[in-house]
Amino acid sequence: MLRLPAFTYYRPKTATAAVALKQAHGKDAMFVAGGTDLYPNMKRRQQTPLHVVSLQDIEELHLVEVQKDGSVAIGAMAHLTALEMHPYLQAHFPALAHAIAEISTPLLRNMGTIGGNLLLDTRCNYYDQTHEWRESISFCMKKDGDICWVAPGSPRCWAVQSSDTVPVVCAMEAEVELVSPLGTRRIKADDLYRDDGIQYLTKQPEELLTRIILPAPGSWKASYLKLRRRGTFDFPVLGVGVCLWFDADGIVKKANIRLGGVGSYAIPATDSERLLVGNPLTDELIAAAGTAAMKPARAMDNTDLDVYWRKKVAPVFVARALRACR
Amino acid sequence: MVLDDPRLADAAAGQASAKWRHDVKKEDLRVIGTAIRKVDARSKVSGLTRFADDLSLPRMIYMKLLRSTQAHARIKRVDVSKAKAVPGVKGILTGEDLPTPFGILPVSQDEHALCPDKVRFVGDPVVAIAALTEDAAWDACRLVEVDYEPLHTIGSIKEAVEHEEPRIHDYGVRGNIHRLENLEFGDLAAGFAASDHIREDTFFFEGNTHLPMEQHASLAHFDKDGKLTIWSSTQTPHYLHKALARVLHPLPAHHIRVIACPNGGGFGGKSDPFNHEICAAKMSMLTGRPVKISLTREEVFFCHRGRHPVLMHARIGVSKTGRIKALDFHSLLDGGAYGSYGTASTFYTGALQTVTYAVENYHFRGARLFTNKAPCGPKRGHGTVQPRFALEVQLDKIACDLKLDPAQMRIDNLAPRDSLTANFLQIGSMGLMQCINKVVDGSGWKTRRGLQERTADGRIRGLGIACSSYLSGAGLPIYWNGMPHSGVQLKLDRSGLVTVFCGSTDIGQGSDSVLTWIIAEVLGIDPLGMRVVTSDTDLTPVDLGSYSSRVTVMTGNAAMQAAERAREILAKGASEQLQVPVARLTFADARVFDSENPDKGMSFADAVIAAESRFGTIGTVGSYTPPKSAAKFRGGGVGPSPSYSYSATVVEVEVDPETGIYRVPKVWMAHDIGRALNAAVAMGQIEGSVYMGLGEAMMEEMAYRDRSHKGHRIFVHKIPSLLEYKSPSTMEMPEVVTYVVEDPDKNGPFGAKEVGQGPLLPIMPAVANAIFDAVGVRVDEVPITPEKVFAALVQKRAGKVGRYGPDELPPVNFGDSLKIKTPWQGGDGTAWNEPKRDKKAAR
Ligand SMILES: Cc1cc2nc3c(=O)[nH]c(=O)nc-3n(C[C@H](O)[C@H](O)[C@H](O)COP(=O)(O)OP(=O)(O)OC[C@H]3O[C@@H](n4cnc5c(N)ncnc54)[C@H](O)[C@@H]3O)c2cc1C
Ligand code: SF4
Repeated sequence: MLRLPAFTYYRPKTATAAVALKQAHGKDAMFVAGGTDLYPNMKRRQQTPLHVVSLQDIEELHLVEVQKDGSVAIGAMAHLTALEMHPYLQAHFPALAHAIAEISTPLLRNMGTIGGNLLLDTRCNYYDQTHEWRESISFCMKKDGDICWVAPGSPRCWAVQSSDTVPVVCAMEAEVELVSPLGTRRIKADDLYRDDGIQYLTKQPEELLTRIILPAPGSWKASYLKLRRRGTFDFPVLGVGVCLWFDADGIVKKANIRLGGVGSYAIPATDSERLLVGNPLTDELIAAAGTAAMKPARAMDNTDLDVYWRKKVAPVFVARALRACR
Repeated sequence: MVLDDPRLADAAAGQASAKWRHDVKKEDLRVIGTAIRKVDARSKVSGLTRFADDLSLPRMIYMKLLRSTQAHARIKRVDVSKAKAVPGVKGILTGEDLPTPFGILPVSQDEHALCPDKVRFVGDPVVAIAALTEDAAWDACRLVEVDYEPLHTIGSIKEAVEHEEPRIHDYGVRGNIHRLENLEFGDLAAGFAASDHIREDTFFFEGNTHLPMEQHASLAHFDKDGKLTIWSSTQTPHYLHKALARVLHPLPAHHIRVIACPNGGGFGGKSDPFNHEICAAKMSMLTGRPVKISLTREEVFFCHRGRHPVLMHARIGVSKTGRIKALDFHSLLDGGAYGSYGTASTFYTGALQTVTYAVENYHFRGARLFTNKAPCGPKRGHGTVQPRFALEVQLDKIACDLKLDPAQMRIDNLAPRDSLTANFLQIGSMGLMQCINKVVDGSGWKTRRGLQERTADGRIRGLGIACSSYLSGAGLPIYWNGMPHSGVQLKLDRSGLVTVFCGSTDIGQGSDSVLTWIIAEVLGIDPLGMRVVTSDTDLTPVDLGSYSSRVTVMTGNAAMQAAERAREILAKGASEQLQVPVARLTFADARVFDSENPDKGMSFADAVIAAESRFGTIGTVGSYTPPKSAAKFRGGGVGPSPSYSYSATVVEVEVDPETGIYRVPKVWMAHDIGRALNAAVAMGQIEGSVYMGLGEAMMEEMAYRDRSHKGHRIFVHKIPSLLEYKSPSTMEMPEVVTYVVEDPDKNGPFGAKEVGQGPLLPIMPAVANAIFDAVGVRVDEVPITPEKVFAALVQKRAGKVGRYGPDELPPVNFGDSLKIKTPWQGGDGTAWNEPKRDKKAAR
């Protein structure tokens, strides 16, 4: 990897100032939070902003506020370590705390933020390579080239949604708050993402992610199960986020299953969800719901571990994630 | 020196007179065997050690290499005019500037510092640019125009066998076959006829790399007096010196000084002379400024020289008790784009099969192929790792076929100590039985194997055993010469300081410390009070380098000889002054005293003064040449060693039957080191080997992307990064129970044998065997990934053979074998036939 290229660095004190800076420099500017995604990408010349707007000094973005109704508003700049250790999250949102604890290494979690994690660039091992390496494949569609090496016939990019928190946050129907010169909007986390490796966000470039709002604890239970090669360090190559709402008799009222690491967004396992609703979580049902998740787990050969195997073990992982919700 | 020069006396007496104190009793040792810290430990742990990349000189400029983007192509045109114009650029080199080829082995001088006419893999360097900043050099590289005419890419062993054209090199046996070896010891047909059970198996061992934490870096300075100095992260300063002298001719060899910096890990990856080193030297000569190059991690993957991918076939015949009557072994090595150490690697895939268990008749056929990948070479266990995997898994299968305990079967068939093997390797001390017993007892092998217990989270437990052997240094140097392999000089100062000068290179294994322990033991001084000057070709006598686990034995013996000579001089001086006969003097606790009256003595410093007053300035030398080998046939030069180390391991696994994912919670490892010069450092080497072995067993692989689109084929290293080239983290590191077994060998200093490489070898087969014990499937391929375990489980559940692995080798015509009678057939180590070496033999 090369060293960082030269750029101008800004540290605004308020969200408004940050948004203004971004707007002033347009395409040449990017926000940076912990920099654990952006800086390596800059070293590989995948992202080449000339102006980098740090969000570090914007105090309000660091807050973690438990609301009266028990819901939580997390500032985008909250560090992953702080959230992983947060007593309220550990007690009432163990699935999210667990997903965060599964991100990379302790060192990285000390720097990385939840906002950066939700907005993490999609990944592909034809793309997450140095400039020289990419030169040797004549580049690809996502940056500097025109074909997709993963699916050469395809008109789109299949780079992979690789955040550990996205599947859980989407499954539990959290919301995100975005601020731009036009004002503030609040959308469902699910609606932040698009099924495209390049335009993977619905967020406008100048929009600043300020907060993530977790729903109040209630008669629902969530879980997260990650597949990766090693017990640390590695991105998910399958991340199963599950959230189930139960009635008083233990019947599943609503089910959200999101599969991260196998597509450009956290893919809903809709067939599995449908099977679950209206039934108690029996072993048979869990197995059936697991099997039904094979189809949406449409892994491509652009991450670690064999693509067919990842697809074949997806049912096992989904079933185990469901079992954890009992 | 005033005394009758002891060197002459020794030379006259020959090696037979060499005594390395192997039989000294433990209680008579003060330094050897204790767990004192390494001489450089505090600098290392406090970050003060200066590695090559830490160095900087006034007016230094920075160099970058423009590397090939093509896997295989002719260079049609190189235009550097735009690069020249980049502000800050001080010098540009292309292939024309460095026309002389080089390479580590005299038989394969097939590399150029910059490719003159052809590139052979993505990453082959084409242009070197030095500038005031690294960024300017990189920017300038981007402006170089290179026109390539692509050639067909040879991407695998199979392709290399099947495509004689285009040839990657225009030398070698034929087509893309670099080397072809065919050695037959004994009577195979008779061996198989006498066997009760015969099996055939095919195995594949994927390539993997060294992954040292320190990326290669070099700083070269050609000064105004016409002398060149290069500081580099190299394990072999002497060989780099030779390569520089060759390529930079007519610069005289004695104007070139190579200083090997402390290596931040080497594992064999810094043992070749490298293009970036030669370019830095040439660039400094061109610009008159110090030139620095620090490779990126990706470039380290391109330097590579790591484990060869090897496809193997073994036909083995055994008696009812598992005694090996005949072994017919084939190996096909994927050498990558250059020769490197490949000739030796090829022989090593056949050399050491005979050193653990007695093999009565043995046939080895090996071929090394050129492919368009980063060149392969020596990695920890050099060439012996892949066949060891094959043999140990095959023996496990045999034990299963014959319903024998795999541990007992191994014990029953051990090669005897002090014996010659079928291929004329001289075994000395042999502690493998003790090793096996240790790990069998420690792991509860006899009661815990085959139980298929379930863990709380539903995984199935299994235990696997494997053994191995490794050399304590190659018996021959890489270039033919009659000089010692290791030299040591000692300088004794009036202050009592002993300075040791030696060409050996500390790559983290502790070779600097080994020198001090041996000398301190002989002279009775504190090793931490000594000064060590190593790996500087201007100042230190030649040591061939830190490879093949040779340093402890070879520099150790040289150091012992130098120290004993110094002791002799000091004893004469002290004896006179103290009026005590030499024979009664003891050297200990930094004193020289009368062993019968310890109060009567003098300090070590006073002993130096007494001796210097009488004999003048005190300096001694020591050197070491390994004993002559009994293997006199062509190809017998690879395999002989002063001694062989032995290891045995039991590995425990827990396999998830639903996914094939497994973990390794515990490893028991016993290693026969001859004698541990330092118990703590020895254990560090053993545990490090376990770690590295597990990486190879479980996940590491030099995977390549091979994709085609509309006639455009890309063939490039898939994952040249520390994140995606998977190597175990602390989370994967199991508990390791280490047993240091000591069976002193008469050829090693105080009986020491190697420890740096051997304990890596049995890990991979033990993991495979443990997985079989747990879930009843065989993965005959390394790395043993969850996908492969899963695939084998799927087969098994479908009622087929639960196995994952290659089915066959592509056919290669090996020609006639060189036939050698075994020692028990009355053989004398020479061949009894002269096979035709027809280069154009049909495949
Ligand atoms: C070796 C390694 C391993 C990793 N492993 C994992 C893993 O296992 N799981 C995982 O999920 N991630 C992993 N990551 C990715 C990443 O480090 C984390 O996702 C981290 O949370 C990113 O946060 P950050 O604050 O550092 O983001 P940054 O790098 O600062 O930002 C990431 C992106 O988000 C944008 N951005 C950040 N904050 C805002 C905001 N408030 N508003 C608008 N845009 C914003 C930035 O412009 C940038 O494009 C890994 C990274 C590395 C280098
Ligand atoms: S999915 Fe295709 S286009 Fe997208 S990054 Fe990978 S290779 Fe490039």
